[in-house]
Amino acid sequence: MSERALEVEGLVVTFPGETGRTPVVDHLDLVLDAGETLALVGESGCGKSMTALSLLRLVPKPGRIEEGRIRIEGQDVLSLPIADLRSLRGRRAAMIFQEPMTSLNPVHTVGAQVVEAIRLHERVSAGEARRRAGELFARVGIPDPGARLDAYPHQLSGGMKQRVMIAIALAAKPRLLIADEPTTALDVTIQAQILDLLRDLRRDSGMALLLITHDLGIVNEVADRVAVMYAGQLVEQGSREAVLGKPRHPYTQGLLRSIPARAARGARLTEIRGSVPSASAWPTGCRFHPRCPIAFEPCPRIDPGWTELGGGQRARCHAIAREFSA
Amino acid sequence: MESHVWVNCAVALLVLAALAAAWRLRRNVLWREAGRELWRRRPFALAIVGLYTLFALLDSVSWVDAAGAGVREPRSLLVRAFPADFQEASYSAPLADVEFYGGEPLTHPGAHWLGTDILGRDVFLQALRGARVALLVGGLTSLIAIPLALLFGVAAGYRGGWVDDVVVFVISILFAMPGLLLLIALIMALGRGPVQVCVALGVTGWVSFARLARGETLKLRELDYVQAARALGVSELRIVLRHVVPNLMHLVVITFVLTFSGLVLSEAVLSWLGLGIDGSWGQMIDQARDELSRDPIIWWNLTAASAALFGLILAVNLVGDAVRDVLDPRTLRERA
Repeated sequence: MSERALEVEGLVVTFPGETGRTPVVDHLDLVLDAGETLALVGESGCGKSMTALSLLRLVPKPGRIEEGRIRIEGQDVLSLPIADLRSLRGRRAAMIFQEPMTSLNPVHTVGAQVVEAIRLHERVSAGEARRRAGELFARVGIPDPGARLDAYPHQLSGGMKQRVMIAIALAAKPRLLIADEPTTALDVTIQAQILDLLRDLRRDSGMALLLITHDLGIVNEVADRVAVMYAGQLVEQGSREAVLGKPRHPYTQGLLRSIPARAARGARLTEIRGSVPSASAWPTGCRFHPRCPIAFEPCPRIDPGWTELGGGQRARCHAIAREFSA
Repeated sequence: MESHVWVNCAVALLVLAALAAAWRLRRNVLWREAGRELWRRRPFALAIVGLYTLFALLDSVSWVDAAGAGVREPRSLLVRAFPADFQEASYSAPLADVEFYGGEPLTHPGAHWLGTDILGRDVFLQALRGARVALLVGGLTSLIAIPLALLFGVAAGYRGGWVDDVVVFVISILFAMPGLLLLIALIMALGRGPVQVCVALGVTGWVSFARLARGETLKLRELDYVQAARALGVSELRIVLRHVVPNLMHLVVITFVLTFSGLVLSEAVLSWLGLGIDGSWGQMIDQARDELSRDPIIWWNLTAASAALFGLILAVNLVGDAVRDVLDPRTLRERA
């Protein structure tokens, strides 16, 4: 069972800043088993999208993957020649983007775009590819798939477009699906449908799903495991039950407290003070310390290491480390 | 003495290319709707452009009569629509029965609607024949300039780096040179003739569209669907051909129509300098300059050429504005 779909070790992604290259993703480790759903959670600007892009070596210039190792189904992504990388993209690991509105080419029919994705990785006739595109459309829940193949993106709603995007991503039967905020741009009711669809697809095909989101409600619905990211680093990870039920890191606790539905009605919603620091000026020591309610003496100086909390849960916090070593 | 065959071929090629493009575009709903909208907005201007095109085509199919059957020069369908000896000895006023100077009786009294020129040629026929040259200049030049501009603009915008540096450098140099001087120099180097003039206009004219294409490509390559295509493993060349260039096609059409009239006018300026194409309106205007100083004044020559030129330019510009409205994504969104 525990075949690794994705393994990331010590990933560093840098962008040029005022004072040399600054890491937007800093020594990140992730593991994702086949068939598992991992949610990567964090605020805007914490580096989660950059992490997603770097998995397929899509980091836009002038960004660069500085060091680390990425393995998708055991294949070392970073040392792959460009031709092999291309055949890995889409076939082993596919990606869904945040904006269904702009992720489809406006001048081609959606059917043509699915057919392109199918024929990219497999030698099939145009007719056969079109038949398969129709099947994919039916599978992602597009009503009247045969007719919709000839529709242009502007003729479809946001939810339909995201279904098309998912169909395109599934075209070459990838073993890993990376979904970068797949529902952020959609209405709440449509969000639920898309999440159901992703869950069903994952169950049926056994592919692994890396879900990148800032919405803890979504995490609660689909994730098996959760990794919380702050300022380019992971600060807590573990099973969904552990991280959402018994969050240990003060940042995770803050995130959970700031969800309106969880707070008692009429009670004041707690927010996390301050805002995410910029990548050019990550705080020293623990990166969360300027905003942390329980920061103490070592926090601004020393980078806290991981503290294992049992059951696969771990957190990066001095307070927790002290509590556990005591 | 085969030049008429070459010109025939060039025009025929242009027509075939236009038909092929139209046929290809008709299959696409977006273009079909744009075409329909264009026809709804500017039926009259489109009809006028069509009429000019018809005359140009009629004047493009020419052949030499069999030996012994009169004229030994190639004559086009348009010329053959008029009598073979449709020429007088000298000037005659519109619809006149006698020569303008001297009062000798004409061979075709009252038949020259717009009079005749110094050699006695019918001005109306001359004006109609100018359409062929105008369309050749606009069409052939665009066929040279637009692919050139697309190639360099897209390469610079998509690849960036040193490719971009080189292309931008070349564009800047061409922009810095006075266009007319460059044109004259090129025509001097290439020699005179319709194709040479088109090549010269094309080589100097691609830069502004290349700059536009480069800027648009810079924008397109960052778009989500290009990013998504890359994530699917689409090769860079395929991304350019399938996802970048098709999204530039509306700009190609808009640029083509809007620069068309500019090209025709450029040719008129070149004719005025004595570097134009034989039989163009520019050349007619150039020849008519001297006649304005005669007494009594010879006005029909200049008027006919100017009116023909004006009519085409106005119609093309009206169509061009409508094309821009119909195809520009910003106005498209308002309609949707």
